Amino acid sequence: MDLRHVLEIASSTDPGMVRSHNEDAVATDAAHGIAVLADGMGGYNAGEVAAGMATTVITAELARALSDVQPYEIDPKTDRPIAERLLREQVLSANASIYQAAQSQPQYAGMGTTLVTCLFYDNRVMVAHLGDSRLYRLRGEQFEQLTRDHSLLQEQIDSGLLTAEQAKTAQHKNLVTRALGIDLGIEPEIHEHACKPGDIYLLCSDGLCDMVSDEDIGMALQALGANLNLAAQQLIQMANDNGGRDNVSVILVRVLREYPAARGVMAKFLAWLK
Amino acid sequence: MAKLILSMDGLVLKEIPLVKERTTIGRKPHNDIQIDNLAVSGEHAVIVTIMNDSFLEDLGSTNGTMVNGSSVKKHFLQGNDVIELGKYKLKYIAEAGQPVGASAADFEKTMVLRPSAMKTAAEQARAMAPASATPSAESTNPQPKPAAAEAMRAVAAQQVASAAISAGTASRPEPVATASVPQAAKSAQPLGAIQILSGGNAGKELELIKPLTTLGKPGTQVAVLTRRPHGYYITHVEGAQYPTVNGQSIGSSPHALKDHDVIEIAGVKMEFFLKS
Repeated sequence: MDLRHVLEIASSTDPGMVRSHNEDAVATDAAHGIAVLADGMGGYNAGEVAAGMATTVITAELARALSDVQPYEIDPKTDRPIAERLLREQVLSANASIYQAAQSQPQYAGMGTTLVTCLFYDNRVMVAHLGDSRLYRLRGEQFEQLTRDHSLLQEQIDSGLLTAEQAKTAQHKNLVTRALGIDLGIEPEIHEHACKPGDIYLLCSDGLCDMVSDEDIGMALQALGANLNLAAQQLIQMANDNGGRDNVSVILVRVLREYPAARGVMAKFLAWLK
Repeated sequence: MAKLILSMDGLVLKEIPLVKERTTIGRKPHNDIQIDNLAVSGEHAVIVTIMNDSFLEDLGSTNGTMVNGSSVKKHFLQGNDVIELGKYKLKYIAEAGQPVGASAADFEKTMVLRPSAMKTAAEQARAMAPASATPSAESTNPQPKPAAAEAMRAVAAQQVASAAISAGTASRPEPVATASVPQAAKSAQPLGAIQILSGGNAGKELELIKPLTTLGKPGTQVAVLTRRPHGYYITHVEGAQYPTVNGQSIGSSPHALKDHDVIEIAGVKMEFFLKS
């Protein structure tokens, strides 16, 4: 099912005001409903390599896998939609590729990347993430974070050591507890959310949410939602105006209309006619 | 580096830098900070330091731990907090010298932390310490477990990383790029406002306090006024027609606004001005 007429996607990435390198990477594929954002880490250009590998490998491989199976079908082994298995497999295979590159080439030793990946299908979105890159959703007036960071800070908030207020001023925001390419035994966190027409999804690196408050991000999306490209530029500009201490990347996805999966022969034929 | 100042009855006894990940406080001699007083439990409390943040945790002491006059179990230490154990006071002094903002910027770089690895590394280091005191013991020691060795490497790599980062700061000419700067700039910047000149709302005034304000009719023509550290900008959002400033179409890119510019959006004229 081609989702190009269902999803409007805009993305932008910027090195920020302090860094010379951009270690973030973004990739999107509207036809297959895929959006991938990665925030790389590691010396020299290794972070760029890790993030670049993650986004290109996952986008290409997911698109390829989607030509063979229907993401909405239920996997008899797990009783979950096949989309979940597809995402996990692709994240793990990207992880293995990055890990192997890091092991075999000394200049890439220790590289890794955070990741947030969305797969839109059948009026739903399946999201997989690792680390502190986030997915937010604007639905009507309500702007909320859908992912939970895998970071030391989040763990401290969860354990009651820090309040959300104290967390804003804490200085170890950058320590993530899960990442792609560091270890072979990783487990991406995967969740499914129902989509509604008009929803705007925001995938972003920590360069945005560390510099701009959630409130201001939500306000910008509400005000500029009519023009996604401008909204993406505006978010990056806001992060840079506030200091831009890290690379900033955003992907915005707007759901234009309902997109139930075409089940059955007749529905598939009608979908093909569209 | 953060430190504690130990005092009793206003008399300073000792200064203790928080160098370790865990600094223990108690009456027994194996504690990092030993306070030999019966009001203090054998293992009274611990301070866990991660980067520049320190956390105090009471270890179930008999008489409890007070911070700034209130009893705590767990506490995120802030500069100048006073910890009380019986008659003794420990004042927490946050990292001084280097501006906090600079180090914050340095540590902005995303790094992976594996808590399990950190723990084994710390245990390994502790296990190694007595072993190295007796040289013969070390040679008979079995090979360190691969996991622990890897953990050590991970920690070492992090230390190298942070060393490299701090080296980077030293060469940076102005380490003041903190979040407070743009905010200060924002408050120093004069407030802008618009006054509507034509249409039904003529004469009305709107202060541009928010980072962005949208104007126009959704679906017809919408523009946004953005408040940035160095001034206000107008940008086209939607509609076939672009807004005009002083009669000139601004096109699709952002346009900087000057005092007393006249804007026209969706047939309504308005004047932008700066309030002193």
